[in-house]
This record gives sequence, C-alpha cells and structure tokens, in this order.
Amino acid sequence: MILSTFFGADLLGSASALVVAGLLGVAFGVFLEQAGFGSSRRLTGIFYLQDMAVLKVMMSAIVTAAVGLRVLVAAGLLDLSQVHQLETVLAPQVVGGLLFGVGFVTGGWCPGTALVGAASGRADALAFLAAAGLGSLGFAAAWPALSSFAREGACGVCALPETLGMPAGLVVAAVAAMALGAFVLSERLEARARARASS
Amino acid sequence: MNAPPLPAPRSAPYLNPYVAGIGLGLTLLTAFVTLGAGLGASGAIARGAAAAAHAVAPAAVEGNGYLGPWFQGTSPLAHYLVWMAVGVFAGGGLSALLARRARVHVERGPRVSARGRLVYAVVGGLLAGFASRMAGGCTSGQALTGGALLSDGSWAFTMATFAGGFAAAPLVRRQWR
Repeated sequence: MILSTFFGADLLGSASALVVAGLLGVAFGVFLEQAGFGSSRRLTGIFYLQDMAVLKVMMSAIVTAAVGLRVLVAAGLLDLSQVHQLETVLAPQVVGGLLFGVGFVTGGWCPGTALVGAASGRADALAFLAAAGLGSLGFAAAWPALSSFAREGACGVCALPETLGMPAGLVVAAVAAMALGAFVLSERLEARARARASS
Repeated sequence: MNAPPLPAPRSAPYLNPYVAGIGLGLTLLTAFVTLGAGLGASGAIARGAAAAAHAVAPAAVEGNGYLGPWFQGTSPLAHYLVWMAVGVFAGGGLSALLARRARVHVERGPRVSARGRLVYAVVGGLLAGFASRMAGGCTSGQALTGGALLSDGSWAFTMATFAGGFAAAPLVRRQWR
C-alpha cells in the first residue's frame, strides 16, 4: 500500500488538512519548548559556543526525518511525488540566509521559536513576531525591485543526490556522519565553556 | 537592576536535546506522510501580517505582486501553515505552563535594559521577516524541512544562516552579558 498525502491528493487546503496541520503544530511547539527554545539565551548560545542545543536538536531532527523518509521510500510505502519538494533558487536563499542569520542572533529568535517564546510570556518574542510581520510586508513592498533577484539561480527541484551524483541513501549516511561529528564537537565545546565558567 | 536568573529554580529541566531532536524529526516525518509537506513558521507570520495590512489597505495589498495571489478567491489565513503556527503557540504555551517556565518578562543580560533588549528583538525581527520571504522560509521551512528533503537550496540557506549568525554575534552580545 502506498501512503497518500493531502498534498498528493491536492487537498492541502482542505479543512481536514488544516486540522492535521494544527495538531502537528502542537507537537512541534511541545518539542521546541521542551528543548528549551522558549529561551533566547539558550537559542543564541550556539553563536557564542556556549550552548550547542540548537545544533544538536536540528541535526537530530533532520537525520531522523531524512532516514525515516528514505526507509519509507525504499520499503515501497511512500512515493516522493506525494511530498512537496522545495525549489532551489540559490541567490535569494544564500543572501536571505545570511540576513536571516543576522536577524536570528540580533533578535534572539527565529519565527517558530518566537511563537513558543511568546506563548511562554516573553515580551521580546512578541516584539520579534510583530517586527517579523512588518519585515515580511517590507519585502512585499520591495517586490517590484526584488522580483527578478528572487529568481536568480533558480534550478527547480534540485537535491543533493542528483547534484552530487550519489545515491540518496549514501547522502543521508553522509549527513548522519556529519551530524555525529557535530555532536562530538558540540559536547567538547560545552565542556570547555563549563570549565571556563567554573574556573 | 539585574534580570532574575532563568530558568526559575522551580521549573522542570529541559528535555535531552537529542531526544527533543528525534521527537521533532518524527513530527516532521509525520508531516511528510500525512500533509505531504514539512513544517513551517515564517509563512504564517507573513500571512498574518498580510491579513492585518489588508484590513487597513485592501486595495494596496491585493494589488501587490507578492501578496495579491494570497487573496485570490480565498483568505491568506486559510492555509495549513497558519493553523500549524496556532498549534505551535498552543503546544509551546502548554509545555511551558506544565514545566513551570511560563512567566511574563523580557529575557536579557544584566547590562541591558528591558527596552534595550526589545530594540534588539525588533531589529532582528524586521531582518528575519524580510529575509525569510526572500529565502522562501526560515529555520523550520528551509533548514529542517528542506534539510531532510536534501534540497540544495535549503542546505545553502542553512550554511548561510550560520555564517550570518556567527559573523554578527560579537556585535550584539551586549544584550546577554
């Protein structure tokens, strides 16, 4: 039996899909909060090599989902055409990423964690969210000037297995190996930060 | 006046980050096999802002090349990402309450005023909101979702985000120490 998704059935806008999305959001919010991401200090700790929770949580999540996805595909349970694939548009994604990183470390939040922070009573998270809404409108206002840049480096659905000429399983294994390396490094950095704090 | 230490002594300890990450990954995987789409957050914020702007200046918003399509025959709020964001708020709030971490305050270091910290939050929010529209997503929709889908552009976004964050970090550290 092949799993069928709301996206695959062109029903992502249906009432049932909205309810499922809401429930998934609850789980998303619980895990973010339990990870400690209702705290800006903890979130931005990675940029000062003090608290590496962001890297550990992100890489664990990516590897878990990527392995699960490829296992379901390999087992013949899921066809990747059932999952919306993100398009690569290199220039705006690199420039947007750089700006986003500056915004993240300056504001102390990213959009998802700011929702959790606001729900935890952080007034700074609420300020970040309101400003992020304004920033989005600013982008829309600048759209006439930015619309051609927003397509710069467009390559369609480009994914690492094709780009690197490697089987998807091998790419996922490489990502998992990279994650393990990042975990070892993170634990060492945190041990060093603790030693410095206590000395 | 120094900010009170966080987390408050009575609050529950955080979940092990690897366990939290696996839970987050399973949530993302469930989204892939049910919705057929990953997680996201910045899209909902943009849609909320667009709906608010539409209440004030409907013609301008509907005539905008970027926002206009969100209003064609529908509301920008009737979108799975908006409902997901409502869920994140509810789940995050519930978890914070149960862990006794919910408290109204401005988290900050001892050398910055609450107002000063809010200025950092607003400047960062403006940048992050703008940048997430440019990149087509944020840490959720690009880094996590696109990362798991092995998208070239999402991995480029993630690397660029860390580069930008590390580059700017020394300039904004005053708010924490």
